[in-house]
Amino acid sequence: MKFFEEKIFRFLMIVATLVVFGFVISIIWTIASRGWGAMSWDMITKLPGGGFYIGKEGGFLNAIVGSLYIVGASTILGLLISIPVVFYLNVYLKKKSKFAYIARLAYDILFGIPSIVYGAFGFTIMIYLGLRTSLAGGIIVITLLIIPIFIRSMDEIAREFPRDILDTTYSLGATRYESMRVVLRQIAPGIATATLLSVGRAIGDAAAVMFTAGYTDSIPTSLSQPAATLPLAVFFQLSSPVKEVQDRAYAAALVLTLIVLILSIAGRFITNRFSKNKLQ
Amino acid sequence: MNIRILKDRTASGVMFFLTVISLLLVFVMGIGLYLKSAPVFEEHTLKELLFSANWKPMKGQFGFLPFIMGTIWVTGIAVAMALPIALLTAVFLTEYAKSYVRKYVFPALDILAALPSVIYGVWGTLLIVPWISNKLAPHFVDFSTGYTVLAGGIVLGIMILPLLVSLFIEIFSSVPAEFREASLSLGATKWQTTKFVIIRKTMPGILAAVVLAISRALGETIAVLMVCGNLPEVPRSLLDSCYPIPALIANNYGEMLSLPLYEAALMFAALILFVVVLFFNVISRVVLYRLEKTFN
Repeated sequence: MKFFEEKIFRFLMIVATLVVFGFVISIIWTIASRGWGAMSWDMITKLPGGGFYIGKEGGFLNAIVGSLYIVGASTILGLLISIPVVFYLNVYLKKKSKFAYIARLAYDILFGIPSIVYGAFGFTIMIYLGLRTSLAGGIIVITLLIIPIFIRSMDEIAREFPRDILDTTYSLGATRYESMRVVLRQIAPGIATATLLSVGRAIGDAAAVMFTAGYTDSIPTSLSQPAATLPLAVFFQLSSPVKEVQDRAYAAALVLTLIVLILSIAGRFITNRFSKNKLQ
Repeated sequence: MNIRILKDRTASGVMFFLTVISLLLVFVMGIGLYLKSAPVFEEHTLKELLFSANWKPMKGQFGFLPFIMGTIWVTGIAVAMALPIALLTAVFLTEYAKSYVRKYVFPALDILAALPSVIYGVWGTLLIVPWISNKLAPHFVDFSTGYTVLAGGIVLGIMILPLLVSLFIEIFSSVPAEFREASLSLGATKWQTTKFVIIRKTMPGILAAVVLAISRALGETIAVLMVCGNLPEVPRSLLDSCYPIPALIANNYGEMLSLPLYEAALMFAALILFVVVLFFNVISRVVLYRLEKTFN
């Protein structure tokens, strides 16, 4: 009897794992087959002609450039803020510090807060500051959104860092600030994976930029102009009744999926390489 | 010498400042949303806002019940669908599978976790919505557009799968090997060991993971916005349209500026999400931290 049960559950588990696989393949296949038909060189090199909602010509270069601006700027800002925080948690604070415990809990919570809430919150701040939907607003909100991801995924690696090495540097007379260089070199692959993870999250998020960056047909030339983004290019253009515009949405979805796939595979690759020569 | 110590001190100060500032974000967010939604409390009681089904923003009536029920339905279906699949997959990967199987499944889970919500939405409208409308719904009702609670639940369920599986794997692999060996040496099969030892030992962790997944599902916006149909009515069956809270906020961000009270009501919707997610996250994270400690 117990062996029979064993067999049944073993079978169910394999089915469940295959189902997970099936979902991945189904999603990528659906997006790729629908998007490939709509894809052309014009799509990624031209601005939409005659309005993004009804105009039949052109592509979605505005969204590609807008996304690059927002993601690039917020990744740099995010790194500048989160690297010091990770160092503070792991080098300056003691291993069993109460403050570090609360900080980690808070970042986990921030990580769990939905991006639509970030968007709504960012929107209220922008109104308070007198800003309109703009590139700057988008950058600020996306930075806030990815900081917890940065911190928690780098912290995960930094916590594994052996404290003995720190003690060795101290015994050689280095200050904590100076021993950071050693830590930095050791967790560099961790920083790289965290960056890829954050970029993936930043480029795919629609709910936060909807309120704050807005949407436009053109490429922003200053921080105070609204900016289009890839996820919103998919979302808004899909709701258009015009077939050519919908095609633009499917092509944009394909581009977005490809970017995320590349980031995800690269992240896995770096983790695997890193874990091979990890210090024991 | 002094300069080096000064540098160390300055760095410490700057880092402490950055840490505290980023931590304060939690509080600032809560306070900001509360202040913005305060006007709506002046005209309505909390009970009225949460339990009335009257949604007529132009007349100043803000009953959130349809949206709350929509969110609960969609999230419930998502969890009911994802939980068994995630549990079985995680047990398979930690207890049964050889390492080469993991080499293929982990990247697949990575991809599932990395795909943006809008891509899930496109997939849902291209595949799930027509399937419900053409194949499934005709067995039960005369007509359905396919933009239903069920479509939202299925899409959301797949979106929370990778989170659940990775949390479960983390939890299961934290159980020391001795527990398994003791059970196996008593003649239990692998499944019996899993059922009576691993799952029982990690029950609080499993519940915490589910709560975490629920709170993730509560906040998903674009995907549910694209497949749920967005009718502000309390859904009565799986084949009715619904209108979850995040979709409500996202859909009305342009119009709300014209009516101050409307804006406050939408900020109240964001506040509900914030408070619920905060509460769920604190509980489940604390449970997960504890679990990690007991086995280490």
